[in-house]
Amino acid sequence: MIYSDKVIEHFKKPHNQGVIVNASAVGEVGNPSCGDVMKIYLKIEDDIIKDVKFETLGCAAAIAVSSALTDMVKGKNIEEALKITRQEIVNDLGGLPEPKIHCSMLGVEALHQAIKNYEEKK
Amino acid sequence: MDYIYLDHSATTPVDEKVLKEMLPYFSLKFGNYSSLHSFGREAYFAVESAREKAANFLNCRPEEIIFTSGSTESNNLALRGVIAKLKVKQKSLHIITTQIEHDAILETCRDLEKQGTEVTYLPVKKDGTVDVDELANAIKENTVLVSIMYVNNEVGSINDIERIGKLLKKQNHKIYFHTDATQAINFLSCDVEKLGLDLASISGHKIYGPKGVGLLYLRKETPIVAIQTGGHQERSIRSGTINVSAIVGFGKAIDLAAKDREKNNKKIEKIRDYFIKKVLDKIPNIILNTNTKVSVCSHANFCFVGAEGESILLALDIAGIAVSTGSACASGSLEPSHVLIAMGIEKEIAHSSIRFTFGKHNTKTEANYVLSVLPDIIKKLRDYNPLYKNK
Repeated sequence: MIYSDKVIEHFKKPHNQGVIVNASAVGEVGNPSCGDVMKIYLKIEDDIIKDVKFETLGCAAAIAVSSALTDMVKGKNIEEALKITRQEIVNDLGGLPEPKIHCSMLGVEALHQAIKNYEEKK
Repeated sequence: MDYIYLDHSATTPVDEKVLKEMLPYFSLKFGNYSSLHSFGREAYFAVESAREKAANFLNCRPEEIIFTSGSTESNNLALRGVIAKLKVKQKSLHIITTQIEHDAILETCRDLEKQGTEVTYLPVKKDGTVDVDELANAIKENTVLVSIMYVNNEVGSINDIERIGKLLKKQNHKIYFHTDATQAINFLSCDVEKLGLDLASISGHKIYGPKGVGLLYLRKETPIVAIQTGGHQERSIRSGTINVSAIVGFGKAIDLAAKDREKNNKKIEKIRDYFIKKVLDKIPNIILNTNTKVSVCSHANFCFVGAEGESILLALDIAGIAVSTGSACASGSLEPSHVLIAMGIEKEIAHSSIRFTFGKHNTKTEANYVLSVLPDIIKKLRDYNPLYKNK
């Protein structure tokens, strides 16, 4: 099992890692007994994602997915953000080892959860 | 600082003295062990000399040594070979093993279960060793084979093989006793008479020898059939062209392991104990999974609660340090260590395990370097964790 250089780069220096204190919405998925938990914080203004942060417990793939995903959603409107697929994340990372593909799903789910949370609050 | 290797349970570098013995057997003395001419004879005597070294080490006869490609093959041959032979005369067969065995035993047992053999997987105590009384209770009329690992590869716990050997001898019917001794040979006596063994598996690459070579000790008159057929090598029990250079290196490695054992053990234990003490001092909220009272001197297995094991491994690798999360063979798996689970550790915590295994070349300076980077790595990963509250 080999990680791409891009995954390692994200793992070394994750982008947007942290917390948004007054987040417009938060999404959390995963389960510590499976070893992966991903939490996404969104700052949304006029349906545009102005800022995004993540906290993740998990393997290098989970951290790299979180980091890449947050880069992808920043500045997008909600509709565009919802269109991001797990395959796009995998491609952006230069591929993921087969046993780690599920980590990309975790990213998509966390984002969808956060947006659902935002829609409910509106 | 050069790259630091703390994964000696995964594999070890080939000792220079071992390599030197091996080199002539590639291009110069390349004969086939089974050939009658002088090239063959040269290879024959080299292999037989290695066989004698192995026999001395195990306190057995040379003809009780079957060279294989390593412990996985030896384990397969031991379990499948004995069961296949006994099945001819007896319908109902029962094996006793443990929940903490290497996959080479566990997967083989699961396969044998599918073919109709009954298997009991004994639990272990919190210290990672088998309760011999539990083993005694598990013995049934149809128990024919017991396979208990000598030293666990993940936490380093030592099973009381001698006591189990004595217990099995006292039974009313013959129970064959096998041990996977792969992780033991560097550190412990493997006298098969003293331990009461009928079969034992060992590997070359865990003892500063080459990869792809190992052996099965097979006590005379132990019932077995070949699981691989061919050109009748190794008394037809293990056909296949004899791997001369690897066996020569393996023999030398066994010799060195026995000769330098005390000196190496002392050195390794000192560094390992220092390392454990400092890690426990420097990093809060961790669990030491290696109970040093019942373990070999190489292992230091921890759970760094709140940080995921694979992330710790990679962060250490980036810092120039090689470790593993558990068994290298299980690194494709997403499940936490079956050994830690068997020891009663929760899944959630077992995901945070890291195994440091020290070897004869490690120094205190190297341990100090690891100690200088590890606390920050753990802190950083805990900071990333949304559920870790003691930030």
